[in-house]
Amino acid sequence: MTTTTPVMAPVPVDERRLTRAERRAVAARTKFSSPAASVIALVIAVLWTVPTLGLLITSFRPELDIRRSGWWTVFTDPTFTLDNYNEVLYGGGTNFASLFVNSLVITLPAVVIPITLALLAAYAFAWIDFPGRNVLFVAVFALQVVPIQVTLIPLLSIYVDTGLAGSFWTIWLSHSIFALPLAVFLLHNFMKEIPASLVEAARMDGAGHVKIFFQVLLPLLTPAIAAFGVFQFLWVWNDLLVALTFAGGAPDVVPLTVRVAELAGTRGSDWYLLAAGAFVSIVLPLVVFLGLQRYFVRGLLAGSVKG
Amino acid sequence: MTMRARGRRNAALAGGLGVAMVLAGCGASETSGGGGGDTADAADLSIDCAPYEEFGDLEGQTVSVYTSIVDPEDQPQIDSYVPFEECTGVDVQYEGSREFEAQLVVRVQSGNAPDIAFIPQPGLLATLVGTGAVVPAPEQVVANVDEYWDESWKTYGTVDGTFYAAPLGANAKSFVWYSPSAFEDAGYEVPQTWDEMVALSDQIAESGGKPWCAGIGSGDATGWPATDWLEDVVLRSAGPEVYDQWVNHEIPFNDPQIVEALDLVGGILKNPDYVNGGLGEVQSIASTEFGDAGLPILDGSCFMHRQASFYQANWPEGTEVAEDGDVFAFPLPPIEGESAPVLGGGEFTAAFNDEPAVQAFQTYLSSADWANVKAQVSGPGWVSANTGLDVENLVSPIDQLAAEQFQDPNAVFRFDGSDLMPGEIGAGALWTELTNWIANDKPTQQVLTDVENAWPAA
Repeated sequence: MTTTTPVMAPVPVDERRLTRAERRAVAARTKFSSPAASVIALVIAVLWTVPTLGLLITSFRPELDIRRSGWWTVFTDPTFTLDNYNEVLYGGGTNFASLFVNSLVITLPAVVIPITLALLAAYAFAWIDFPGRNVLFVAVFALQVVPIQVTLIPLLSIYVDTGLAGSFWTIWLSHSIFALPLAVFLLHNFMKEIPASLVEAARMDGAGHVKIFFQVLLPLLTPAIAAFGVFQFLWVWNDLLVALTFAGGAPDVVPLTVRVAELAGTRGSDWYLLAAGAFVSIVLPLVVFLGLQRYFVRGLLAGSVKG
Repeated sequence: MTMRARGRRNAALAGGLGVAMVLAGCGASETSGGGGGDTADAADLSIDCAPYEEFGDLEGQTVSVYTSIVDPEDQPQIDSYVPFEECTGVDVQYEGSREFEAQLVVRVQSGNAPDIAFIPQPGLLATLVGTGAVVPAPEQVVANVDEYWDESWKTYGTVDGTFYAAPLGANAKSFVWYSPSAFEDAGYEVPQTWDEMVALSDQIAESGGKPWCAGIGSGDATGWPATDWLEDVVLRSAGPEVYDQWVNHEIPFNDPQIVEALDLVGGILKNPDYVNGGLGEVQSIASTEFGDAGLPILDGSCFMHRQASFYQANWPEGTEVAEDGDVFAFPLPPIEGESAPVLGGGEFTAAFNDEPAVQAFQTYLSSADWANVKAQVSGPGWVSANTGLDVENLVSPIDQLAAEQFQDPNAVFRFDGSDLMPGEIGAGALWTELTNWIANDKPTQQVLTDVENAWPAA
C-alpha cells in the first residue's frame, strides 16, 4: 500500500530555486498521500465497484430471483446457479467459441493497422520538415470531431460498391479510419517530447529516417504504443455499432458484442441473461487492462500533458 | 510496489486461465440449438415441390433473410426453411437482429439490402416502399395470400394500391392471462362479457385481493402495452369502423368515443382498488417492466393480466400453460355482442429484388405448407393468421386458441393501431402521453388532446 513517502525527498539544495511547477508538484504529492485523500479514494473506488459487484452476483442468481428481487437479497437468501452462464455459452444456435474468435480476429488487426499507420504519420509530422506540415496536422486532428454516425451510410455504400461488404475488411478498415486521428495526435505529441538533440545526434552519426525511427524512437515509444493499444483494444472489443452496421448481412463475421446484444430475445423476455453475457464479454478486456494497466495510466498522461 | 505488480500479474493470469477454460468448454460440448419440447425434426417434414418448379433451376443460389426475430425464436424459423431448401437447392441465409428496424433502413440506403426482410410494422413497410427499394409481390404470392388470408391482412401489406408484402407470423393481443387453479380455488368463473369482468374484479377487490396487475415499462418503448389496452377497448366500445377512422385520423384523436374508451381503460388501470396486484400503487404500472408485470399471478397476489399471446414466453421455466394448468388466458370479453374482436400484430415479408430464387422463397413463405411446417418445428409462442394452418400442429393451447380466433370468419380482426399510425404518434407521443396518464395522473381528455396536437400535418 501507499507508504507515506517522505515529503521532502528530492528537495534540491536551495528552496528558492524551485520553479512554480515544481512547487506545485510537491504540494500535490503531499495532498494526495494524506489519510483523508486515501479515504476519499477508497470511498470512490467502492462506489464505482458496487454496481459491477451487483452485476456479478446477479449473473449467478436463478432466473426467477433475478426477475423478482434485487441482488442485495443474496445476503439473506443466498441461492446461486450456473444456469445463466450455461445458457449464454451453449444455448441458442450460435457457437460462442467462434464468436470469441471473430472478436479476436476483428480486434487484433483493428489495433495493429491504425497504430502502424499512425506511427509513420506521427514521425513525419514530428521530425520531417515539409511545407504545409502544421496545416495538415491540424486537418488530421480536426477529423476527430466528425461523429462516426454520419459516416455510416456513405462508408457502407463505398464498401458495397467495392465489393468488400460482408468481410472482415469492412470492420478493420472502419475501425482504423475512426482511430487514426486520435492515434496520430497522441503519438505525435509523444514523439515531440523526445529531445531533439537525441534525434540530431543520430543524424550526425549518419542515421537516416528509417534507422532513427526504428532504432532511436521506437524503443522510447513503447509505453505510448502500449497505452494507445489498450485504448483501441477496449474500444474495438466493446464496439457494437460499427460491427452491427458493417458486418451486417454476414453472420459468420459478427463479434461477441452482437450476440450479447441479442441475448435478451426478440421481445426482451430473456433480459436476465444479460448479466452473465456481460461478464463473459468482459473477461478478455479485463485481462488486457490488468496486464497493461501501468502503460495505460502512463500513456494517458504522456500524450496530453507536457513536461 | 513489487508486491502490487505481482498481484496484478496473478490476476491477469487467472483471467487468462478463465478464458482458456471457457474456450475449451466451448470446443468440448457440441450442444444443439434451443427449441426442445415435442417439436418435429425439420428434416423429416416434406412438402409438395411442384409450386417451385416454375421458377426454373435454382440449385446453388442463396437468399438472404433479415429479421427482428432472434434467439431462441430464430431456430424454428431456420428449421422451417429446410423443406424448401431440399426442394429447390436454394441456400437460405438467416440473420436476426434486435436493432433490425434501424439497421434495415441503413442497409437499404447504402445499397446493401437483404433479399428478404420480415417487417413487423406496416408503417415501416410504407417508409421502405418510399425509398423505392421494395419490389411488388409476384403473382404466385398474391394468389397464395388471396387464398389463405383474410382480406384485411392483405391491405396491411399494400401500399398505395400495390401489394408488396405477404403476411407471415402473427400474434393475438386480446388476451387476459389468469391462473386457472387460483380461479378454481376461489370459485371464480372466466367472464364472458365486459360487465362480468368488472363484476369479477369488484368481487376480488371486496375479498381483499387486487384483481389486476399491469406494467407498461419497456425501455425506450415504455407505454406500448397501454396503447394495446386503449386499442382493444376502442375496438370494443366504439366498434371496428370507428377504430379504422381513428387509426387513419379521419376522426380526431380525441374524439368523444375515444375519450370514453380511455376512461373505460382507466376504470381498470387507474382504479386503486383493482391495481397493481403484487407490484404496488397505480403509479407502479408505469415503472414495471411489461415482461415482469404478469408474474404476480403465479403467487396469487394478482388475478388477471391483459397481454398478448406471446407473453407465454415470459413465464418462468416450469410454468404449465394450459386450460387446467398454472396459467392460461381468456379472450378479452366484448362490451357488446357475442364475439370478441381480435387485436393483433404480425410480420410481413418484403423483397428487395425479383430474382427467381427470391420469388420462389416468397411463395413458399406465403403458402399453407410453410405455416404447417413452421408450426411443427416451433415450440410454444408462434402462430400465423394463415387459414391453411392446421391448428392441431400448434404445440401450445394458447397458440391454438389464437389461431382459432384468426381463422374464425365471424371474428373481427384489426391490426395493432399504433403500428399503423405515423411513427411520431404510434411510436412516440401516444407512448409518452399514456405513460403520463398513468404515472402523473394526467386527465384523459388532455392526454388525447395532446396526442391530437402532435399528429403530423399531412
